Amino acid sequence: MEQAILNFGPAKKIYSVAELSLEIRNLLEKQFPDVWVTGEVSNFRAAGSGHLYFTLKDETAQLRAVCFRNQARYLKFKPQDGLAVIARGRLSVYEARGEYQLYVEFLEPAGLGALQLAFEQLKQKLVAEGLFDAARKKPLPVLPRAIGVVTSPTGAVIRDILRILRRRFRNMNVVLYPAKVQGEGAAQEIAEGIEYFNRRALVDVMIVARGGGSLEDLWAFNEEVVARAIAASQIPVISAVGHETDFTIADFVADLRAPTPSAAAELVVHRKQDFVTELENRARRMVQIVRLKLSEAQQALTELRMHQAFQTLATRVAERAQRVDECVTALDRLIQALLHTARQQWLRASAGVVRYDFRRHFGLKRAALAERERRFENEFRRVVTERRSRVAQLEAVLRERSPLTVLERGYSITRDVEGRIVRDAGQVAIGADVSIHLARGELGARVREKKL
Amino acid sequence: MPQSAKTDKPEPFEKNLERLDAIVRELEDADLPLDKALQLYEEGMKLSEFCHKQLEEAEGRIEILSKKAGGKVVAEPFESEDTEAS
Repeated sequence: MEQAILNFGPAKKIYSVAELSLEIRNLLEKQFPDVWVTGEVSNFRAAGSGHLYFTLKDETAQLRAVCFRNQARYLKFKPQDGLAVIARGRLSVYEARGEYQLYVEFLEPAGLGALQLAFEQLKQKLVAEGLFDAARKKPLPVLPRAIGVVTSPTGAVIRDILRILRRRFRNMNVVLYPAKVQGEGAAQEIAEGIEYFNRRALVDVMIVARGGGSLEDLWAFNEEVVARAIAASQIPVISAVGHETDFTIADFVADLRAPTPSAAAELVVHRKQDFVTELENRARRMVQIVRLKLSEAQQALTELRMHQAFQTLATRVAERAQRVDECVTALDRLIQALLHTARQQWLRASAGVVRYDFRRHFGLKRAALAERERRFENEFRRVVTERRSRVAQLEAVLRERSPLTVLERGYSITRDVEGRIVRDAGQVAIGADVSIHLARGELGARVREKKL
Repeated sequence: MPQSAKTDKPEPFEKNLERLDAIVRELEDADLPLDKALQLYEEGMKLSEFCHKQLEEAEGRIEILSKKAGGKVVAEPFESEDTEAS
């Protein structure tokens, strides 16, 4: 042995433990700076410092692992013994114990990782096909005749949707396609619901919904069959799956993504009252405009009257109208005076009563007075109404006889050259010039023929 | 079950609303002759009334589809405890 050692003399290198460990460490770190490894967690220990220590193992081997506090903070789950995980990190040596170990930078449960992978793969595939393109999104109908809902018939989701729909639009029609929303066959049922509504044209828009849950619970909405059914739908689809922070493939393909089922109910139709208000605004605007136009036209007509050939006739009408107006004014004044006198009398009388025996006769007198006042008011009102209607009649007759009105109806006034109104064909000779006043404008004419 | 197919399909609500807006805009044109304005006004009022009617058309039915033997799907009233009470 000694001989042999001597033979190696000058080339011999004797490591200290630390030196050797360092070399091994360098080798390992160079060889495995970033590895993925899957195994089962055992001997899990969360130290007070926040670092996590555990062993990854499978049937035949074990690997020590540590996840420092900085990385541990970002874990979305709590590792525990027996859990199958996928870990990513670098290999190195813990020299103090002479152990190599995995310094974990990323850790996820093995099962869930597979789902996430599937999610990403389908997402990439559908993106490549253009199924998420904004141009594909169909606009929602402003006022659907009926709303389809594909979801579970039990549970809070359908109740929330119906409650909000009823509150916003009490008489909205809703058709529910009951579907399993998780577990075996759920994706198929959801897709069938979407296809059913398309086949039957029962509804103008549909909500595909599910309440919150884990990624596995929501999984049906990440399956291709659902994505394809939504993409193929002729009817706009609103997706409402899980909570605000959950995104599913269905959300990307849908025409609109609602953060929650309740929000979907709010997005699907405006409040009925909003519609009513909108309609009323438009109707009010139309009335306003037309009123303005009418009053402008009326003014134009009045101006026309002042300037045209009917001025003398109009003046006569106006004179009579004025007389009527004067009558009305006089009548009003008379009535006012009567009323005033009556009130004075009543006031004096009531004052007298109060003075006379207020305490004893108050109630009685007051009733009698009230009765008298009522009778007087009635009588007064009757007289006024009567007079007013008489005046109105007069006005109506006057208006009826106004030549302007007659002309508007298509009659015309013919005058001879002296300007006399022609009432008799005998009044003019054949060949005579006449002028014909119409509702608008005037015609010059010559008499060609007479029939007596 | 909502009726399957109406032969004369009325204009959807949004189309009517659009037309109503167009009418209001046309009316706002100061040079519009009065008779045309009155004509538009009449059309507008009829449309507005029709829109109100459209808002009342739905009967508030809530139905659940159920699969019968032979794959037939039928609609039945759906009662949810707190939808009727509200």
